[in-house]
Amino acid sequence: MKYALLAYSRPEVDQRGEILPEITEALSRPEVKSWVRLQNAESATTVSSPGDGTLLTDGPFVDSKEYLGGLIVIEAADLDEALAIAADFQSLMRAFGVIEVRPILETG
Amino acid sequence: MLEDVFRQEWGRVLATFLGDIELAEDAAQDAFAAAAERWPRDGQPPNPIGWLITTGRNRAIDRIRRERAFADKAEHLARQLAEQAEESMDEITVFPDERLELIFTCCHPALSLDAQVALTLRTLGGLSTEEIARAFLVPFETMSKRLTRAKHKIRDAVIPFAVPSDELLPDRLDAVLAVVYLIFNQGWGEGRGDLAAEAIRLGRALVELMPDEPDPLALLALMLLNDSRRAARFRNDELVLLDEQDRSLWDRAQIDEGRELLRRAIALRGTGPYVVQAAIADLHLEEPRDWREIATLYGVLAQLTQSPVVEMNRAIALAEINGPEDALELIDQLPLDDYCYFHSTRADFLRRLGRNTEARIAYGRALALTQSEPERRFLEGRMLELGTPVNANWQELWTYTLNDLEQELEGGEEPTR
Repeated sequence: MKYALLAYSRPEVDQRGEILPEITEALSRPEVKSWVRLQNAESATTVSSPGDGTLLTDGPFVDSKEYLGGLIVIEAADLDEALAIAADFQSLMRAFGVIEVRPILETG
Repeated sequence: MLEDVFRQEWGRVLATFLGDIELAEDAAQDAFAAAAERWPRDGQPPNPIGWLITTGRNRAIDRIRRERAFADKAEHLARQLAEQAEESMDEITVFPDERLELIFTCCHPALSLDAQVALTLRTLGGLSTEEIARAFLVPFETMSKRLTRAKHKIRDAVIPFAVPSDELLPDRLDAVLAVVYLIFNQGWGEGRGDLAAEAIRLGRALVELMPDEPDPLALLALMLLNDSRRAARFRNDELVLLDEQDRSLWDRAQIDEGRELLRRAIALRGTGPYVVQAAIADLHLEEPRDWREIATLYGVLAQLTQSPVVEMNRAIALAEINGPEDALELIDQLPLDDYCYFHSTRADFLRRLGRNTEARIAYGRALALTQSEPERRFLEGRMLELGTPVNANWQELWTYTLNDLEQELEGGEEPTR
């Protein structure tokens, strides 16, 4: 079973900063299948189509206090295992924000 | 008789189909429906549970093959079930009891508390969605959506059907106990025996499944000791306070059982909040009540829980020892402005201090907050004793008391600057 850990961070956290060595270490655990970091939220462009054409909006889709800063895909037996891994990452990234755990929909 | 089997065994039967909670519910429902049809005609089978489980299993296999929504997974599951169903129906088979796994799933902290309560009542208690909706005063559709959403989350996020590991167990067990106690209290405030009885049934199941854990023992003791006064708590639908209750209506057998369970919990070195609360409930049954001991235990409980409500209860005990003056000062510092019993307690202290106008206002605040019909009538009765006309519309009542207060203040001393 795969889960996505969506790491949300506060806008004042500079995404381009160095990754802490503890986090690098955690990211190399066997449960971690892949991960990405995102550029700062202000670099986002939102594409939508309210009418016929395409509308481009400067900035992220959801205007909120926390922005999606990165995504980690993990393999876990069940939600308890996934939550335990998420808690480990959260404790390492405590200063940056929160983690949302979402099961990945696998089709085909 | 089938009704009894249903109430007792629903959760047990459902729990054997774990893997998919919706499938489990359907299978259990099918099994009990088949029993309702056959048992009155053919007589109850020698092993009712075995019969129900085997029948449910066969129906589940049919159902999966018919629906084939998730072809591969379903086929695998059907084959697995079919293998287990090979065992003859007449044979006395011992089926493992998996209710404990089920209750830990239903009370998983990844589900909202509302969902935990609803799911526990549905899957373990066998209450219908309709009954649960009525018990919690929400529309049927709301409750139905809540249950469906929770079941889908269990499936999609793979919330495990398992007793948590040792390191998670204490927290998870707390969550389970909190759900059961919440169900009990919902029934208690309303004077509704059905929910309280359901909570006690769940409590008994927990004790049966975890006989060496002190907290489930203490919770069951607490519920039994409180519930033992049920018949005396209402007279013609009116709430009767403990001191005015007819003690001959108390359920002695239940009190004895509660005390024995509490003794066992203490023998297992239980020191948690349910142990202390059960001990307090026990002290409340003594006559005369030992208010010093009660106040001390509330002090212990306040330390354990950091709860202002517990602190308020300690103040009530202190008021019995030293009078309400200091107790009033104590509770006025508590952040409980939205709590019905805070205002009714204040009202009672003020009434005893002869500060009737303030007491009336406090009763008005309590009336505005109460959700329970008998409590509403009780509070109105108290207000009436203070000489206020009882008005069904509390807002008018509130205005009335405010005017009343202003007049009284006008006639009183000049406010000092």
